[in-house]
Amino acid sequence: MSADIHGLVGAYAVDAIDEQERSDFELHLAECPECQAEVASLQEAATQLSLLSETAPPSSLRDSVLAGIKTVRPLPPLEAQSRGPVASGPVGGPSPTADAPHRADSTVVPFRPRRRVTAWLASAAAAAVLLVGGLAWSPWDDGANGRGRGQVSATEQVLEAKDATRYEKVIGDAKATIVRSASLGKAVIIADHMPAAPDGKDFQLWYDQPNHGMVNAGVMPHGSADTVTVLLSGDAATATGVGITVEPAGGSPAPTSEPLALFAFS
Amino acid sequence: MMVPMAATPSGPQPSWGGAAVGADLAGLLRASALGDENAFAQLYDAVSARIYGLVLRVVRDPAQSQEVAQEALLDIWRTSARFDPSRGSAVSWMLTIAHRKAVDRVRSAQASTDREDTYGSRNQERTYDETSETVERRLDAQRVRNALDSLTETQRSAVELAYLGGYTHTEVASLLGVPLGTAKTRIRDGLIRLRDTMGVQS
Repeated sequence: MSADIHGLVGAYAVDAIDEQERSDFELHLAECPECQAEVASLQEAATQLSLLSETAPPSSLRDSVLAGIKTVRPLPPLEAQSRGPVASGPVGGPSPTADAPHRADSTVVPFRPRRRVTAWLASAAAAAVLLVGGLAWSPWDDGANGRGRGQVSATEQVLEAKDATRYEKVIGDAKATIVRSASLGKAVIIADHMPAAPDGKDFQLWYDQPNHGMVNAGVMPHGSADTVTVLLSGDAATATGVGITVEPAGGSPAPTSEPLALFAFS
Repeated sequence: MMVPMAATPSGPQPSWGGAAVGADLAGLLRASALGDENAFAQLYDAVSARIYGLVLRVVRDPAQSQEVAQEALLDIWRTSARFDPSRGSAVSWMLTIAHRKAVDRVRSAQASTDREDTYGSRNQERTYDETSETVERRLDAQRVRNALDSLTETQRSAVELAYLGGYTHTEVASLLGVPLGTAKTRIRDGLIRLRDTMGVQS
């Protein structure tokens, strides 16, 4: 397949491919420095064609664009340009950010976790309110699960439990670790470098409960932080796994989207 | 995970074409990323005719083109911090965003509306704003025309249908009545020729 996909480099550079091919090619592109260089140089060449079609836009465009930017916050730089899902976007091209969820939703493809996750995380990263510079804002302190000391100690109990078992998953640039103590019947999620959920969305946690399917285990606080630790609600002892999905703000009674990550307790 | 682009020289970008506007576009993008609206206004003045013209060439309908160009420009503002000069010129980065949006628009409209036949309607580019065209720009445009002329006729058709027509390589193949792989190859070879003739470095 690699020779075949390699040949798409020209069509990709000028957007002459369908969504499926684009997704496939971007997976390849992320790992192929030669294609990255070629795409960049071909895009550079193709965009020169715009010199032949220069047309002054109506002056109303200037007004609406300059008014528009007042309401749009520029995104921070990607923390790690050299790695991660966003970097798998078009080289030298637009980040596959804002449109990614639409693409994913409107493209009928078999469920392929990696792609969905990368597409989704790219959009989450785009929407992220990252902690940059000296900004020390931590929305997690007053998140949905409260901030009482009891919460912290319950979390600590799980983390320090003798039977605490860790399950890790890397999701793009983020890492999620579930720590479960069967004896306590509780589990904690530790999310590192988690981007904020897109506007109007939240990350929701689910226990996979035998005979009940995915059962709500709480909503992660909205926002982003370097490290987030949340105690899941529900019975971790009977659960066979944990899932994370993106849901409308506040959470859903049942998952409405493909999981970003699934952790099986084995 | 992406490997650093060692294969891509990170030296100065081509001084022609992108520099037609004479401004430090990369610097204006950086300032925009910091929320500098004046910098973005300068950026707008420097590139809006190329962005709008390209979108109009692909989308054709002026009202829709205006919408698409606006979306693209707002996207450029929003993602300005993500422009990476080591991967290409600022003007190419911005035009790539606009092109992608234009193509998305015609593809989504394609199902319901048949666009007028696009091929060979080059004379529709009469909407040039001649008064804003400087000598320098004319020279740049001439350089591009010469480069296009260096392509074989089949390469040129394939590149124009793909890039300016907004067609997929599959559609290009059936429009030209050639096998799939052939269209793909012509697009790529045509672009390579264009690149090499214009001396694009990226």
